[in-house]
Amino acid sequence: MLTVDVEKQLGEFSLHAAFEAVGGATALFGASGAGKTSIINMVAGLTRPDRGRIVLDGEVLFDAATRINVPAWRRRIGCVFQEGRLFPHLSVRHNLDYGRWMSGHAANSDAFGHVVALLDIGHLLDRRPGKLSGGERQRVAVGRALLMRPRLLLLDEPLASLDAARKGDILPYLERLRDEARVPMIYVSHHAGEVRRLATRVVMLDGGRVTATGGVELLDVARDDVLA
Amino acid sequence: MLELTSQDWTAILLSLRIALVATVAALPFGIAIATLLARKDFWGKSLLDALVHLPLVLPPVVTGYLLLITLGRNAPVGAFLADHFGIVFAFRWTGAVISCGVMAFPLMVRAIRLSIEAIDRRLEDAASTLGANRIWSFATVTLPLALPGIIAGCMLAFARALGEFGATITFVSNIPGETQTISAAIYTLTQIPGGDPAALQLVIVAVIISLAALVASEWFARRATARLHGA
Repeated sequence: MLTVDVEKQLGEFSLHAAFEAVGGATALFGASGAGKTSIINMVAGLTRPDRGRIVLDGEVLFDAATRINVPAWRRRIGCVFQEGRLFPHLSVRHNLDYGRWMSGHAANSDAFGHVVALLDIGHLLDRRPGKLSGGERQRVAVGRALLMRPRLLLLDEPLASLDAARKGDILPYLERLRDEARVPMIYVSHHAGEVRRLATRVVMLDGGRVTATGGVELLDVARDDVLA
Repeated sequence: MLELTSQDWTAILLSLRIALVATVAALPFGIAIATLLARKDFWGKSLLDALVHLPLVLPPVVTGYLLLITLGRNAPVGAFLADHFGIVFAFRWTGAVISCGVMAFPLMVRAIRLSIEAIDRRLEDAASTLGANRIWSFATVTLPLALPGIIAGCMLAFARALGEFGATITFVSNIPGETQTISAAIYTLTQIPGGDPAALQLVIVAVIISLAALVASEWFARRATARLHGA
């Protein structure tokens, strides 16, 4: 379980958000500028909140009061970013292996094969990220995050850079990921359709505040045409 | 055709050795300072930046003279190094390495700094979420991505070191077989009546070496860039 209660001043924008995420897929849903990515970066350990607490499965990752701030590289939280951020100088195979190298785990060909099959990226292994399509790149990015054996997976608008047809191609993979990989996910999106398909719980954000939490039925209140 | 005397060969090989050792010795410092300037904000940053660039704008003779009054045998640092470690730079080829390295340093730092600044820092963030601490993410992401700039910096530094004259002759003089580089040998020959044909030989050698260094640098940089972008 992830418990987040953070405050951060970002120029004019003040973020103060508190929510909990249990297993399954929790969506952080809101318009651009609602503070979704800022929250993800704080959970990942890439930016530091001004105040507050972040606890994952009983381990305090950040606590302003006791000055605890576990660095990103020790958090074991997998991230899939909007732009993929694959390492351009490494092949797909080495991108996938990167997390394992850094954590010093021995090669596990079962896990590798499973993730490669789940995401259908076996034919891409020897290519460089520069030679991949947008959809392929995002699938590899998901695989890279999964293979580090994360305790939690953060997906920050992983489909935002793709056109509608490509989004449709990738959504089934993300659904399989949610159902088969057994890693709790936080899925950031401003697109109600995606969230409806993927999320088990929804945290609504607006102007840096949590406005509602609950099941996907919350989305029926939010009008797609406004947010999408 | 070229008819090089053994003294010419000595000067050529010495030049290559000095330039090579100066480049290799400057590289770790160059990468460290370039990273510092590209990535950190600290008190005195513009001072450090100015200090690094100083040899580029100072007359080389001044740089050489400054080296002489700090690292010379009777100078404070020079005497300390000689007494305690037996390291002597004055009038040795190692002193030429120092002066060439100092003169080449700004060019090296500039090239490496530019390439580090061009790297998307979000890739380093991605590396850290995958479990890489700062040192590992630097070694596995930043350095490989900066490689074209590092190669360019080394080639520029090598070429600069090879052509160095003013600072070197001021600091370690012009001793055949010890500190007489191609440039110094050419200078000496042009001072002797009838030395021009011999000087011309060395001039041709200098042109060939410089051209080869340029072509090699272009080739290495292109290969490194192609590797980065998945050819």
